[in-house]
This record gives sequence, structure tokens and C-alpha cells, in this order.
Amino acid sequence: MTESTMIATNTDTPFVIAGRALRSRLMVGTGKYKSPEEMVRAIEASGAEVVTVAVRRVDLSRGRNDGVLPHLDPTRYLLLSNTAGCYNAADAVRYARLARAAGFNEWVKLEVIGDQDTLLPDTAALLEATKTLVADGFVVLAYTNDDLITALRLEDAGAAAVMPLASPIGSGLGVLNPYSIRTIKHRLSVPVIVDAGVGTASDACITMEQGVDGILMNTALAAADDPVRMAHAMRLAVDAGRQAHLAGRMPRREVAVPSSPSVGMLE
Amino acid sequence: MMERAVSPDGVIPVVNGEERTVAAGSTIGDLLRELDVSAEVVVVEHNREIVRDRARLDTLVLATGDSVEIVHFVGGG
Repeated sequence: MTESTMIATNTDTPFVIAGRALRSRLMVGTGKYKSPEEMVRAIEASGAEVVTVAVRRVDLSRGRNDGVLPHLDPTRYLLLSNTAGCYNAADAVRYARLARAAGFNEWVKLEVIGDQDTLLPDTAALLEATKTLVADGFVVLAYTNDDLITALRLEDAGAAAVMPLASPIGSGLGVLNPYSIRTIKHRLSVPVIVDAGVGTASDACITMEQGVDGILMNTALAAADDPVRMAHAMRLAVDAGRQAHLAGRMPRREVAVPSSPSVGMLE
Repeated sequence: MMERAVSPDGVIPVVNGEERTVAAGSTIGDLLRELDVSAEVVVVEHNREIVRDRARLDTLVLATGDSVEIVHFVGGG
């Protein structure tokens, strides 16, 4: 690493959610990996600190199965339980409370899904569940669509972070509306973390260039041919996009402007 | 239904959505041991109430029709 890169990296502001400073702007999920070993190596390569998990019934027909926790060192990772698969506020609140009873923290990645085909959020139910969980002492990170007004309402409701999608969950379509993401980031005080839709490293870079605080991804890593290598690529892309944002890009122009002097040419 | 008739000393709670016959007087802790489920890695909900204190698992006695949900953490995004 060159000295200039180190200085740029060191002058970034800390990434803080609910008073906790996080060491990585990249958060990753634990779903859909071919094996727990591959998942662990991908998470390590990503450099992520926040790692999401889901709550499900123990499959009692399959013999001993301790789930994903034994593979994740709780001193190394901040486990963030989600409410994926919940289609109403009451279910999401129930799942969040079950997760909290496991005893590792008060954080929840709140999802209330409104449609099976697109997995887009039910924003009214999301808002309702956010209010209930905030009142109950939860640190709510709310997965939402890329709508400014919903994001503002979630902040007002006490969400610790707002997580607009780049594109639908598992789609890998990248940032469909950079303007919306930028606008949400400009208007909110709480951290904005883009969650869902990032497909490859350039998507992550473009997302971070919008100025958001972080990205959460799962399928982009787990469904890559080489998840560990992709996790490494995403780590670099998130850093690159963050640095580019802090550096401030040049203005876009519709005309060419020469980079070399136009004076001093030979007669 | 036939099972109920041949298990006069058993009770039949609904465990993760399925009826399961256990000996009368069984606690949730007994059920977990019978199922080879480690109490440390699961959360149990008994009749829609979360059992926060794991020590209570060995005092909650199951009855027919009780709803028991045993959940844990799996991979997810």
C-alpha cells in the first residue's frame, strides 16, 4: 500500500451504527453457500464484521443440526439476525424477539416482505414493525425500497440505519436508481446501507460512490463461481468506491477537454 | 389418532408444527434431549411465549395441544 492510499484510508470518518464503530463498510450474509467452510472463508476474505443470519425451525427429521452459529466466532463478528420470510409486522416482531432471546445482541435487520415475486418490502408494515421494535429496545436496521419518503419515515420511527435496496433481493441487477440512493443518503442523518441487488464488484463500487455508508450483500458472494475470490473483490470495490466518493469525482461534460496543453504546439 | 389410544400415559404437544407423543410429565428439556437438540443453540417458544431463561426448560411440563417452536440460526442474508 502506498503512503497516499494509507493517508486517504485513515482520514475516513468512522462507520458508526447505534454507537458502535464498525471496522468494515461491507456487511455479508451467510445464506446459499455450498458448505459452511466456504462461507467462513468468504466472510474472512470480505473483511466484514457484521454478518447476517436467519431464524428458522430446527429440522427435527434430520438428526443433529446446530445451524450456522457454531461456524461464526461471536468475538469476531457482530451477528445481525434478519426477519427474512416475514410477510406482516407481527411475524417480523416475533422473529426479532426469538433472535434476541438467543442472547447475542439487540440488533435486527428488519424485513417485511410484501410480494413473493419481487420480494419488495411492505413499507406500511415495515414502519409499524419498526415502531414496535424500537419501543421494545431493538436496534433496527430497516430493509426498504429506494423511496426517500419511506426512508425518512423509518428514520423518524427510530431506525438505527436505513437499508434501501439497489435492486431486488438475489437479482444481481446492481444499482437501478443511483439518484434515489444518493437522495436518501443526502437527506438522512442515520447511516444508509444499501442492501440487496449488488451483483459484482463494479456494482459495489458504483453503490459506494453514491456516498452511502455501507453495503450488505449475500448472493453476489455465495452464487459466484468462486465466492472467496469474489468476497475479496467486493472488499476492494467497497473501499475503492468509498475512496472515490471521498475524493470527489470530476464533473461530467458532454464535450471533450484536452488533458495536454493546447499551447506550445509546433508550427 | 390411534397413537393416542395406545399411549394412555403420553401427552401430545405440537412440536414445530407436528404432533409428537412424549411421556406424561415430560418437560421441554426432556423433549430437547429426546430430540438430540442442544439447548444452547436454540430458542424455544412455548405457547407463543419465548422461554428466555433456559433453566426454565427443565421445569415447563408439556401438555397435549401445547405449541412448542424450536428455532435456531441458519444461513441468511
